[in-house]
This record gives sequence, structure tokens and C-alpha cells, in this order.
Amino acid sequence: MKLKNEWPIYYKKDVVTHYCPGCGHGIVHRIVAELLEEMDLGKRTIGVNPAGCAVLAYNYLDIDMIEAAHGRGTAIATGIKRARPDLFVLSYQGDGDLSAIGTAETIHSANRGEKFTVIFINNAVYGMTGGQMAPTSVLDQQTTTSPMGRSPDVDGYPLHITDIVAKFHGVTYAERVSLSTPKNIRRTKKAIQIAFETQVDDLGYSIVEVLSPCPTNWKMNTVDSCKWIDNVLEKEFPLGVLTDKREKK
Amino acid sequence: MNKIFISGNHTFAEAAIRAGCTCYFGYPITPQNELGEYMAANLRNNGGVFVQSESETAAINMVIGAAATGARVMTSSSSPGISLKQEGMSFLAGFELPAVIINVMRGGPGLGNIAPAQGDYFQATRGGGHGDYRTPVLAPGSVQEIADLTYLSFDLADRYKTPVMILGDGMMGQTKEPVLFPEKIKSLPEKEWALKSRGDGPSRFMASLVLDTAEMERHNWKLERKYQQIADNETRYELYKMDDAEVAIIAYGTTARIAKGAINRIRNEGIKAGLVRPITLWPFPKKILQELTRTINQFIVFEMSTGQMLEDVQLSIGGMADISFHGRPGGVIPTPAEFARFVYREYQEKKGLKS
Repeated sequence: MKLKNEWPIYYKKDVVTHYCPGCGHGIVHRIVAELLEEMDLGKRTIGVNPAGCAVLAYNYLDIDMIEAAHGRGTAIATGIKRARPDLFVLSYQGDGDLSAIGTAETIHSANRGEKFTVIFINNAVYGMTGGQMAPTSVLDQQTTTSPMGRSPDVDGYPLHITDIVAKFHGVTYAERVSLSTPKNIRRTKKAIQIAFETQVDDLGYSIVEVLSPCPTNWKMNTVDSCKWIDNVLEKEFPLGVLTDKREKK
Repeated sequence: MNKIFISGNHTFAEAAIRAGCTCYFGYPITPQNELGEYMAANLRNNGGVFVQSESETAAINMVIGAAATGARVMTSSSSPGISLKQEGMSFLAGFELPAVIINVMRGGPGLGNIAPAQGDYFQATRGGGHGDYRTPVLAPGSVQEIADLTYLSFDLADRYKTPVMILGDGMMGQTKEPVLFPEKIKSLPEKEWALKSRGDGPSRFMASLVLDTAEMERHNWKLERKYQQIADNETRYELYKMDDAEVAIIAYGTTARIAKGAINRIRNEGIKAGLVRPITLWPFPKKILQELTRTINQFIVFEMSTGQMLEDVQLSIGGMADISFHGRPGGVIPTPAEFARFVYREYQEKKGLKS
């Protein structure tokens, strides 16, 4: 087999990344860029980037993009997709954005079955602000705002928002994947491809939750970060297809 | 075309549709529910977009999304809901996106009540959201003017790439009057700046994040130059019986209407009172007030608040004349007779003719 390593056309060249070493965002950006090219979608895509580490996603993805206020990505995506149903619309969000401040927008855009795709990066921590506890932080996880570890008594439990929206009639495809191994990364690409196809086929809302390493804020090296995803994060958030209603629609 | 007997809230909606508004996003709140209901009934079946959002916050962000694609977009709410939209309005200003936001004001603070009030003047005219920006604010004084100003607001929004607010109140929204609507716009100029997806061209992005402080400052000054242009070109007001006036009353919207009734009463008493009615609250018609101080030294500000526009009048006149204030906050609607008595007393007092 001949290895291919061509630069995706929707991935900007000659830019210096602001992401930390070992961060998962770059991998997912690259997957998105590859799929937009392979599926011939990039020319008719508008992406919505979040407030959070991926706020500068438009520096990397060579597609039309608009930045959302913290949590409002799926509301903006709703406005775009409703005004221009012919376009391919993508909202890229992190765990604080999508499952804390943007919970209402996430739940209701999913429940309306908005015909766009959400890519949900879950690294169990607020990255850009410096490692505070996220809704998806696991029990006992030490963060700057749970220095003794997340305690259910005072901090509550990890929020499984993708499992919640997967139950909605409007949500056609939901899957949780991980970036911890090359095999998992290949599955991530496959899951995002299915989510994109769901939108292309006009079948409704699709969401892919990606368990993604944040070595800087986890205070681990990159290898240990990947192991932590496998051994800890994935135990709380098991991988797999959470719903697939494509056949029914 | 014939006049139609229609409420203010329905007029906002019908005028917007005629102005080419194709997308409406909103959340129910009294006293403006008829507006969204009219949109639900009349926008979707004409190929437009109506979404009842999960919150005012979501609605204003849907507005951002649709406006970014170049559509003419509107949202509406009443006071507490407008507070929730302020974040999005700051983003619209930063992105330089056109949109129309209707505020049918009610009593406050907090939930307040659902009666007409003018307590959101500060919020509307001072930007309201965070950051260094302005929002043009139009204040209709009749249902006919709701139609005219709604129509105009979409043009202003597009011309200056800015959110525009129309500040009405529960009285304006619920009043029914005969209205002559403008013709429906057939076609609008292409918006070159809109996000349409890149096609075969280069990609573009809209961001309000500007980490470079020098660049942010340039953006702030660019916005300020635009606001100056708006102030120069778009300041609007009405003068009523001001030709021979020795007392100038300053009021907008519902109170301007009440003031007209009061003026007619006290003119019968021989007091030459007239009205300056700001139609744009921002930009505020400073110049005319300054000019009037040459011939008039008694100004009376009249609001359904504890005195908010009063500050703009004070800033405009700058000690060149006496200013007094009559206010009824909390959703209380003053009567022409009540205000006429107030003007009469003030006039007598100033003349040293205390009765």
C-alpha cells in the first residue's frame, strides 16, 4: 500500500499552530479538512468556531467561518442553516462551550433536528482559561477549580450531554470517539464522515464527541495523556455509536 | 393602496416583511407577542424563516448567523428579554452585521410588569452590551411611524452594517391605528461582505476576537468614525408647534403623544408651548436643542421613567437654559391633563407668578 500524505486543500499552509504539543485539536482540524475535500464539501461550507482553544480555528481551516460567543455556536449555526439550507454547516465546540454555557442551545438545536453537524471536543477541562473544571471532568479529577479532585458532593457528576441528545428524535447520528490511538483516530475520521453524510443526505442533526488529549492542563506528557483517555476518560464516557437513525429517515 | 387598521405589534412585523426581512427569530414575551405570532403566520409560508427559539440569547445568535449570510433579519422582545440579547448585540456591532431589534418596553427593573414604560433608554442608547460601540435607536410616535421606521431601520442597518434598535413600548405595540404601508421591496443589492461559503474564491472569516491591541484600537476607531457618520447623516426629530414656542417640551414615543395633547390644552391657557420629539434617540438631536436655547430658556423633559433622556437633554443644553422634568415610571401612563398641569405650574413658577 502506498502511503499518501498530501496537504488537504482546506487546511491552511504555512501557519504556526497555537495549540500546545499533544493537543487533539490539530488532529480533528486535519480530519475535518480531509473530509471536506474528500466529500467535496469545502466550497459550500460555513463553519462556526467557538470561544475556547479552537477560537482561532479559522487560522487553520481554509473555509468560510464565523466565530461564536461562548456557548452560542449551535444558535449561530441554526441561523446560517435556516437562511441558507443549501450550505454545509459545521459547529466546532469544546466541552465547556457545548455542555455548560451552551447547554440550552445544544439541547434545543438537537431537539429541533437542525440539519447541521456538531463536532464536540471533550477534553474534560477548560483549556484556554487554564485548566478549570469542566462539566465533563471526571470524579476525583484535579483541576485548578477542583484542586482536591472533583467531588460529587459539591461539584456534581460528569455530564453526558451527547448521550442525552442521542435520545432525541431530531438527532439522527451521534457517536463518541477518541484520539488516544491511531486506530481510534481512524474511527474518529469515519464517525465524522458519517456525521457529514447525515447532513449531506438531509437526514437531521449529527454530533460526534471526540475524547481529546490536553496534556498541558492535565499536567501529563502526551503518552500518559493518551493512556489517561483509555484508562480513565473512556471508562466514564464509553466509545461507540450512541444513536443511528439514518435508516428510519 | 388603502390604509389598514392594525396594531403596532403587527405593524412592526408587516413592515419588516415589506422591507425584505426573510428571517425572524424570537422568544415569547409580553407585551410584544403579537409580533412573533404575525411572523409565524406570514413569514414561513412565503418562503421565509421563523424560529421560536429556546431563549432570547439563542434568538439573537440565530440573528447573527442569518445576518452573516446576508439575509435581512429581525428579532423582537420586551425589556427583560432585551437584556438577554445585549451580548449578541455587542457581537453584531463588533462583526459589523446588520440586524433589526425591536424593544417593546415594559415596566422594570427585574420582571417589572407588562405595562408601557420607557425605562430602557439608557440601555438602548448607551450600547447596552459590553465594549465600545453604539446602536442607532429609532423611537416611533405612532403606529404609522412604526411602519415607516421599521422599513427605514433595515436600510440603516444595511447601509451602516450595524444592529439598529426600534424602541417602542407596550402602548405603541398594542395601539391600533390606520396605517399606510410602504410597497414591498422587490429586490435588494447584493451584500459583497456576506459569508456565502468560499466557492472557488478565497475563504473568509468573521471574528470579533482581536488579540492584537493595536488592531483592536484601529477597529474601535473605525467603528467610531462610522458612528460619527450616522450622527451626521441620520439624526431625526419632529418639531411640533415650536415656531412661536417659549416653552420647549422634550418627549419621545408615547409620552410625545401625550405631550401633544397637553400642549393643545395649555395653549388654550395662553402658554406658548411646543414639542421637540427625538425620532432617533441615538444619535440624539443635540444640535436643535442647542439652537433652541438662543430663543427659549425653559425646557421640560417628559418621560415614563425617573429621568433617562433627561441626561441627554442636560448634556445637549449644557446649562444654557432651565430644565425641569416630569416622569411616571413603573408602567403608569400619564394623562395629557396631568402633564398640562405640570407645565402650567412650571411656567408660572418661572415667571414668578406662583398661584
